[in-house]
Amino acid sequence: MSEPDFRKDFPILKDPKFIYFDNAATTQRPQQVLDAVEHFYRTENANPLRGLYKWSIDATEDYEEARRKVAAFIGAEDPCEIVFTRNATESLNLVAYSYGMSSVSEGDEIVVSVTEHHSNILPWQMVARAKGAKLVYLECTKDGVYTDEEINAKITEKAKIVAIGQVSNVLGTENPVRKIADRAHSFGAVVVVDGAQSTPHMAVDVKKLGADFFAFSGHKLLAPMGIGVLYGKEKLLDEMPPFLTGGEMIEYVTRDSATYAELPHKFEAGTVNAAGAVGLGAAIDYVSKVGFDYIEKKELALTTLLLQEMKKDPHITVYGSDDPAKHCGIVTFNIEGCHPHDVSSILDADNVCIRAGHHCAQPLMQYLGVNATCRASMYFYNTEDEVRRFVASLGKVREELGYGS
Amino acid sequence: MDLKQMYREIVNEHNLHPTHKHDMENPTMVLRGVNPSCGDDISLKLKVEDGVIKDGSFVGSGCAISQASADMMLDLVIGKSEDEAKRLAEIFMNMIKGKASEEEIEELDEAAALEDVSHMPARVKCAQLGWRTLNEMMEEDEKNDSHKN
Repeated sequence: MSEPDFRKDFPILKDPKFIYFDNAATTQRPQQVLDAVEHFYRTENANPLRGLYKWSIDATEDYEEARRKVAAFIGAEDPCEIVFTRNATESLNLVAYSYGMSSVSEGDEIVVSVTEHHSNILPWQMVARAKGAKLVYLECTKDGVYTDEEINAKITEKAKIVAIGQVSNVLGTENPVRKIADRAHSFGAVVVVDGAQSTPHMAVDVKKLGADFFAFSGHKLLAPMGIGVLYGKEKLLDEMPPFLTGGEMIEYVTRDSATYAELPHKFEAGTVNAAGAVGLGAAIDYVSKVGFDYIEKKELALTTLLLQEMKKDPHITVYGSDDPAKHCGIVTFNIEGCHPHDVSSILDADNVCIRAGHHCAQPLMQYLGVNATCRASMYFYNTEDEVRRFVASLGKVREELGYGS
Repeated sequence: MDLKQMYREIVNEHNLHPTHKHDMENPTMVLRGVNPSCGDDISLKLKVEDGVIKDGSFVGSGCAISQASADMMLDLVIGKSEDEAKRLAEIFMNMIKGKASEEEIEELDEAAALEDVSHMPARVKCAQLGWRTLNEMMEEDEKNDSHKN
């Protein structure tokens, strides 16, 4: 059976010279997404939500259609639970500033995990500092697993907010969000899920996850940069104060007071990124066409091959699970004696694109006892041929850095 | 010079067999330099007598370019006056920004081989770490001196 050729839809991937293995940082965009954005600007560009003429009405309709697509895509109850933001980072900050600052008090606990991206740590550090609350860390095993004992020990009646990533951007492990959410809910705490690394790779259902809030970025899901999503349960969003104030989020304003627009517009101050939302809608259509069955199968095949080939090199250390099914397309590693920045520079000379550094997860780097790591992250449009060429390129790094082969 | 050539011809030797990467007893100046985004982290130690750098060393960790660059820098500045070291550090920083003349670059001796880092934006901070730290040290010292006067 021949494989479907999705790669042909991605203009930037047409140059076979480049191996793009930095998909956990941002994915590439298919022609369908580029066309949707261009179509918006070419045929109906106007400021949505306000105008009373055709272009603005069309722009509004397409913007709201994108919201309905997102709601269906992640299993939200109602499109009003979908707030468009710039990215997952802004979504998480919105929850911290609006919900966190108005609900957390002195002596409360905010629970985060050691595998979090900085964007799901720093907003909570801010809330904890401002409110005199305590930040509590869930610690994982070296494979990145959160045990029941750890979950039960750290999430207690003091917890007000539990913030957890669904998939680690370094180890690729999927966290037991449902279990964590059930424990948190039993104490009345609210669960904030960072879905930046999961949404592109697996079917998400916010209700099944038990998420009260769920954040993700469009650009890791084939959509343009600058469009992100915050899902929040209607009841919670309704009670929260606005995050940003100004235009397009009001109902009525006097000199000294204002009443706010209904959900979700209360949280979308200023002119929105309508073209970005339309692009995200097109990306969701595209991903749905590809299907998560295919995405998961392809990523597993690529990860299996990559881990198997890397294991043959005694100088390579891979972080996280031995099981390729627990990597979500992400393989983080180090080459003995070689700093990740040198590794990625040398690979760059072979047109191989990977990430090197701390991956915005310094607490996890400290936990792993490393300053920095290399990260290869794959998506469904990558190929086994690319994996082989990548491994061949890796095999030359030590020699290029002056170690005898 | 392309990147791989730069590693082979100059960086690897200084990274794998540095002359000055070791601790020092009784330094007169110590300053830590860090590149927070990539984790390069060194402590530069100097022994300065009568305004002259008598000895220097560094300890820490980082990528090959940061370590080799710091090693070459110490090769260059040991035996020189503080003012001269500061001037050379400034030339190096300018070179990495693509703003130094050929005559100036020649003064940097072996470190001139890092000129092409100016075309590698991701590695600029690595190459500059040692020199930036040296420069800060010298400026700090000048300030202290002017306070004394």
